[in-house]
Amino acid sequence: MDLLSKFYFNYSKLIKTIKIYLLLAGPGLIVMIADNDAGGITTYAATGAKFGYSLIWFLVLLGPVAYFVQEMTVRLGAVTKHGHAEAIFSAFGSFWGWFSLLDLTVVNWLTMVTEFIGMTAALSIFGVPPAITVVIVILVMFGIVLSGRYWTWEKITMAFCLVNLIYIPAAILVHPSVPDILRNGIVPNFPGGFNGELFFLLMANIGTTIAPWMIFFQQSAVVDKQMKEKDIPWGKFDTVVGAIFTVLVAVFIIIVTGTLLYGMNIESAAQAAQVMMGMHPWVGTLIAIGLFDAGFLGAICIALTNSWAFGEVFGWAHSLNYKVREALWFYVFYFIGLVTAGAVVLIPGAPLVLITLFVQVIAVTLLPAALVFLIILLNNEEIMGKYKNTRFDNIANITIVVCIIVVSSLYGISTLFPNLFG
Amino acid sequence: MRDEKMESIERVFGERIGSIISESTGKIRSINQKYATPKIKLTGGAKFALLLLRFYLIFLVVLLAYKFWTIVHGSA
Repeated sequence: MDLLSKFYFNYSKLIKTIKIYLLLAGPGLIVMIADNDAGGITTYAATGAKFGYSLIWFLVLLGPVAYFVQEMTVRLGAVTKHGHAEAIFSAFGSFWGWFSLLDLTVVNWLTMVTEFIGMTAALSIFGVPPAITVVIVILVMFGIVLSGRYWTWEKITMAFCLVNLIYIPAAILVHPSVPDILRNGIVPNFPGGFNGELFFLLMANIGTTIAPWMIFFQQSAVVDKQMKEKDIPWGKFDTVVGAIFTVLVAVFIIIVTGTLLYGMNIESAAQAAQVMMGMHPWVGTLIAIGLFDAGFLGAICIALTNSWAFGEVFGWAHSLNYKVREALWFYVFYFIGLVTAGAVVLIPGAPLVLITLFVQVIAVTLLPAALVFLIILLNNEEIMGKYKNTRFDNIANITIVVCIIVVSSLYGISTLFPNLFG
Repeated sequence: MRDEKMESIERVFGERIGSIISESTGKIRSINQKYATPKIKLTGGAKFALLLLRFYLIFLVVLLAYKFWTIVHGSA
């Protein structure tokens, strides 16, 4: 009897904890899963096709890296109640503020174009014309934010995050060899030695792990969700859960492409899906749906990041808790971003490959700045009080930030000069 | 002085577009004034990091300019 009551007590406690988490979950989970956007899926697909399961260990290592960076935005947002754009203007003055805001706008817009490229390519596998995809996607994305409640937007977006897990059944369907995955994927190794091609893919994987928009997005979302200091532990937990999911998705994509496409040169996730349609139609279909969902999540989060950032700086009403008439500029900005990015994909002969490459180059101009500002702000006692970085936080965060800056810079430079690393 | 500026903008671009431009420039000016000076006290380390950041950005701009130059001259 005593055992039964103990079990019931623990069970109710667990249910209560899950209910609280589901109420507070959101920004961390969404930002991490949206991080696996169309560009990310392409990188993982190419990694699996080129090196099989051999780099799974590397992707697992990137989970904590993403967590440590994003966790700082939770604390900063919850304590200051300001988004990252406003925090930069306020703390570092208008020069760094304008630089960050304008650079963010350019990087985000170019990234949104790549998300639309992914979405249109994914649905064209099912015969849907790009124009139809773009129009429907924009209408749906606008419809999602029209409720005038952050909570509604967040829960709908979390449903789209669940679709991102579609790669797990896809991996099961390809019947991978589990002993091979454990033998080749878990123990750190550099397949074929450390050469230029491997280095480029490692850099690409790190580049997709932390993008500038993620820092701005999560901090603004934490503010819009009205999270307080007492919610920080939940925000951190939410980010941990998100980091686990993002790694899981990446690993399962590698398992799919490492099993079916091993040894092939894959240039895009859409190409991978197309090839797989001929080998295993169900898997090809799941990969295409996953790619569409990834582009969708990426575009919706990135468009919101821009609206939040401009709203913070220009002083417009900038919350999903406002109706359209109450925050007109916020929604206009969101809508214009999506429409213009979608329209580019429909222009015949538009330099889409160049845009995809250019994103990496422009991103490296903003990412180091955003990360340095984050570290400086998190170390300021006046702003953060007892939530400032501890010595351990600083050792971990500064090491990660320096590594990300070096690697993402090399990645951007190698995009500019492809033959630089052999 | 500001009214004269606005009037000249409106004369050049037409009344409606002119008023949007002048409102926007006014807003940007007020943002610049609001955030004219950094609000936090920067430590020596933070100042050094910002200095490095400036050099890093200058390096990237030079690199981009070089890439552009090589493309224009067809040697890339």
